Amino acid sequence: MATPNISSDLFQNQPSRSIDQEDICITCEDFSLSYGTKQALFDINLKIPTNRATAFIGPSGCGKSTLLRCMNRMNDLIDGINISGQMKLHGQDINTRDVNVTELRQQVGMVFQKPNPFPKTIFENVAYGLRLQGITNRTEIEDRVEWSLVNSALWGEVGDRLQDNAFSLSGGQQQRLVIARAIAVRPQVLLLDEPASALDPISTLKIEELIAELKSQYTVVIVTHNMQQAARVSDYTAFLYLGKLIEFGPTNVLFTAPGERQTEDYITGRYG
Amino acid sequence: MTDNKKIGFFQSGTPWVWLNAGAVSISMIMVIGLLVLIAVRGLGHFWPKAIWQIEYAENGGITKLIGERAKTESVSARQLREAGVKHNFEEEFVERTLLKIGNRDVYGFDFRLTLSPLENSASLPQDLIVLERTEWGNFYGELVAIEENGVSVQTSMEDLWDELSPRVKRVDELRDRISKIEKSEIGAINFKMEKLRLQTRAMELAGRDEADEKAGMATKKAALDEDYEALKSRLDVLYAEIRRDAVTLHVMTGEEVSINLSKVVKATRPNAMSTLTKVGHYFGNLIDFVSDDPREANTEGGIFPAIFGTVMMVLLMSIIVTPFGVIAAIYLREYAKQGFVTRLVRISVNNLAGVPSIVYGVFGLGFFVYVLGGNIDQLFYPEALPSPTFGSGGLMWASLTLALLTVPVVIVATEEGLARIPRSVREGSLALGATKAETLWRIVIPMASPAMMTGLILAVARAAGEVAPLMLVGAVKLAPSLPLDMNAPFLHLERKFMHLGFHIYDVGFQSPNVEAARPLVYATALILVAVIILLNLTAIYIRNHLREKYRTLEQ
Ligand SMILES: Nc1ncnc2c1ncn2[C@@H]1O[C@H](COP(=O)(O)OP(=O)(O)O)[C@@H](O)[C@H]1O
Ligand SMILES: [Mg+2]
Repeated sequence: MATPNISSDLFQNQPSRSIDQEDICITCEDFSLSYGTKQALFDINLKIPTNRATAFIGPSGCGKSTLLRCMNRMNDLIDGINISGQMKLHGQDINTRDVNVTELRQQVGMVFQKPNPFPKTIFENVAYGLRLQGITNRTEIEDRVEWSLVNSALWGEVGDRLQDNAFSLSGGQQQRLVIARAIAVRPQVLLLDEPASALDPISTLKIEELIAELKSQYTVVIVTHNMQQAARVSDYTAFLYLGKLIEFGPTNVLFTAPGERQTEDYITGRYG
Repeated sequence: MTDNKKIGFFQSGTPWVWLNAGAVSISMIMVIGLLVLIAVRGLGHFWPKAIWQIEYAENGGITKLIGERAKTESVSARQLREAGVKHNFEEEFVERTLLKIGNRDVYGFDFRLTLSPLENSASLPQDLIVLERTEWGNFYGELVAIEENGVSVQTSMEDLWDELSPRVKRVDELRDRISKIEKSEIGAINFKMEKLRLQTRAMELAGRDEADEKAGMATKKAALDEDYEALKSRLDVLYAEIRRDAVTLHVMTGEEVSINLSKVVKATRPNAMSTLTKVGHYFGNLIDFVSDDPREANTEGGIFPAIFGTVMMVLLMSIIVTPFGVIAAIYLREYAKQGFVTRLVRISVNNLAGVPSIVYGVFGLGFFVYVLGGNIDQLFYPEALPSPTFGSGGLMWASLTLALLTVPVVIVATEEGLARIPRSVREGSLALGATKAETLWRIVIPMASPAMMTGLILAVARAAGEVAPLMLVGAVKLAPSLPLDMNAPFLHLERKFMHLGFHIYDVGFQSPNVEAARPLVYATALILVAVIILLNLTAIYIRNHLREKYRTLEQ
C-alpha cells in the first residue's frame, strides 16, 4: 500500500515503534479551542513522546499552528480565545492559574516560520534568553552561546563574527540562529512551526539534519506541510483535518499503512 | 490607433507625474525663495556700507548730506508732485533714496529721503568715519581731533585715524572688564545678598529668633558688603579709565561734536577699506551679532541671549515631552484595551495638535503660572512673596507649555513606530520566556526609537518656531540674566528668557526705530531658521544612527 509520493524504503532503517512504550512528554486530553465563535480545534487527544520528533501534517488552515502554539501558551496573546480540555506537560496542566507562563516558555521553546532574529549582534541574539534568566557571568554566557551555536550547526559559519548584526546572515543561517537562541535556554521541548518553508532547498536540508540531531536531546514537535519532510525527520506523525485529529501513529506506519481513508487521501495527494 | 494613444497617455499616468513634479517644484521654489530673501536681506546688513557725501539742492540752497544709502526705489514724478514736491522733473521716474544719516542725538532723526535729480554731486571721501555707539545709533562724520583727559592729542591730520583705532580697542577691553565685574562678580554678590535676605525673611516667617543664627547672617552680609565695596572701587577706577578719551567730529551740518570714546563700540572708515578688509569686518560683525548682548532696545548689538534662550527652551521641552509622549503612546498601543475609550483618547490627542497655540499659552498662564506656580511659591518660596518666583512666566513654564503643545506629535509618531514592529519579533522574545515588559524594554522600544526621534524632530520644529504662547508664559523683550549661570543651582528654571521668535516680533514691530531695525529682523529670522535646522539635523543624525543600529529586514 505504498504511496506514490513516499517510498517505503525511507522507513527501512527505522525501528518499529509503539507509543505505549514511550515516555510521554505532552498530553492533550479532549482539547478544544475556538477563536471567538469560530472553533478551530475539536477534542484533540494526543500523546507526544519524550526525545522523539513528532510531526503535525494536514492541509492549510486545519489547526496545526493553533495546536502547536497552545503547547507554550503563545495563544495567550490573542483576545477572545476559549479553550476547554487539558494540555499537560509531564502530567501537569499548563493552563491553570498557578503555572508561570514565562517558566513554561523557557521549558517549551518555539521557532517560527519566518526567521525572526532581533536587531542585535549574533552573540546578543543567542545570549538574549540567558540574560532574561538573570545570568550575568560573562564566561558562562560565552560558553552557552558557543555551545548553542555548535549544536545548531552554525558555529563553523559564524564563530569568527559573533559581533556582526544578525541580519547580515542568510535566511537559512538566520533560522539556525533562531534555533540556537531557542536551545540556549535549555528547553525540554522545541516547537517548530514550518521552520523550513521560507528557505531554499539546501538550507532546508541543513535544518532537517539539525532536527535529526536535536531529537536525541529534545522533544521536537514540528509542523510541516511537506510530507516528505515529515517522513524524513519525524518518528511520529499526527494528521489533522478541519480542526480534528484524524490519525496519530509512528511515521512509518502512518505513511505506509494509514488507518483512515482521509489520511490516505491526503498523503496520496488527493487534496490539500 | 490615435484614440488608443490618447487613452494610453492618460492611463500611463504621465499627466500625474507632471502634476506632482510641478507641485514639488513650486514648493521647492517657495522654500528656497524664502530662504534666499531672508539670507540676502539679513546677511547684507553686516557688510560695511559706503558712506556718501552728497550735495543736495534743497530750500533754494545746497545742503551737505553724509550717510549710507539704505534703500533706493523708483517713484513716478507725478506721484511726487502730488505729494507736494515743488520741482519740475524732466524724467517720468525718479530714484528716491532712503539715506541713513545717523547722529540721532544731533539731528533728532536718523533717516531722510533724497531724490536723485536734486543730488548735485555724490562722492565717497576716504576719511569719513562711522562710529558705532552704545546709544543713539551710528555716528557719521569727519575726524577733527582726539582728546586725552581733555587735552587734545598732537598729531597731523593724517595720523589721526591711526591714533584712534588703538584707543577704541583699549576702550573695548576696558568695557569687557567692566561688564565682567558687573555681570559675574557683582551679579554673584547680588545673588548671595538676595539669598541672605530671603533666609532672614524665612526666619522671620517661621518665628524663629536665634541670636547666633542672626549674628552669622550679619557677618555674612558684612563680608558681602565689603566684597561689594572692593569691587565698586575697582569699577570706579575702570570707569575713570574708560572715560579718558574723546573724539571731535565734523558733521554734515558743519557743527563739531565731541563724543566720549566710552560710548563708542566700533570705529570704521568703510570708504577707505579694501574688499578684503571689508570681508574681515563682515565676519567680525556677524560674529558680534550672534555673540553679543542687544543694545538700545534691541535695535543694535547682538542676539546672543535670544539664541541661548531658544535653544535652552527647546532642549528642556524635548526633555519633558519625550518621556511623556513615549509613555503615553506605549500605554495606548501596548497595554490599553483597544476599544471605544482608546479611540476617543486617540481622537482627542490628534485634535490637540490642531488647537491654536495661543490657547496653549492661555492655558499655560492660567494653569501652570498662576495655579501651579502660585502654589509652589506659597509652599516653597513664601519668604520671597509678594514678588513671585515660579508664580510668573519663566523658562520652565514655557517649556512645559510647549511640551503640551507638541506631545500629540510625539504620541502619534511613537504609536506608528510601535505598530510597525513586526509581531514575529515580539513573539520571538516572548517565546524565550520574556515577559511583556521585558520584551517592550529590550526589543520593542529600541526598535521603535527611530520613530520616537521622528516625533521629537517634528516637535522641535514646531516648538522652536512658536512665539504666541511664549509671550504669555515667559519670553521677554530683555532678560536681565541668562537662565544658566555660575550661581548655584546653575539652571534657573524660574527665570524669564529671550527667544528669537519673540525677538523678531519685538524688533520688527515694537521698536522705536523701525527703519534701523529692519535688517536685524531678517538677520534674526535667518538665525532662527539656522538654529532650528541645526537642532533638527542633530536629531536626524541621532535617528539615522538608531535606524542603522536597529535595522531589520522589513525596512
Ligand atoms: N488569530 C486568529 N483569529 C481567528 N481565527 C484564527 C486565528 N488564527 C488562526 N485562525 C483560524 O484557525 C484555523 C486554524 O489556523 P492555523 O492553526 O493557523 O492553521 P494551519 O497552521 O494548520 O494552517 C484557520 O481556519 C484560521 O483561519
Ligand atoms: Mg500554520
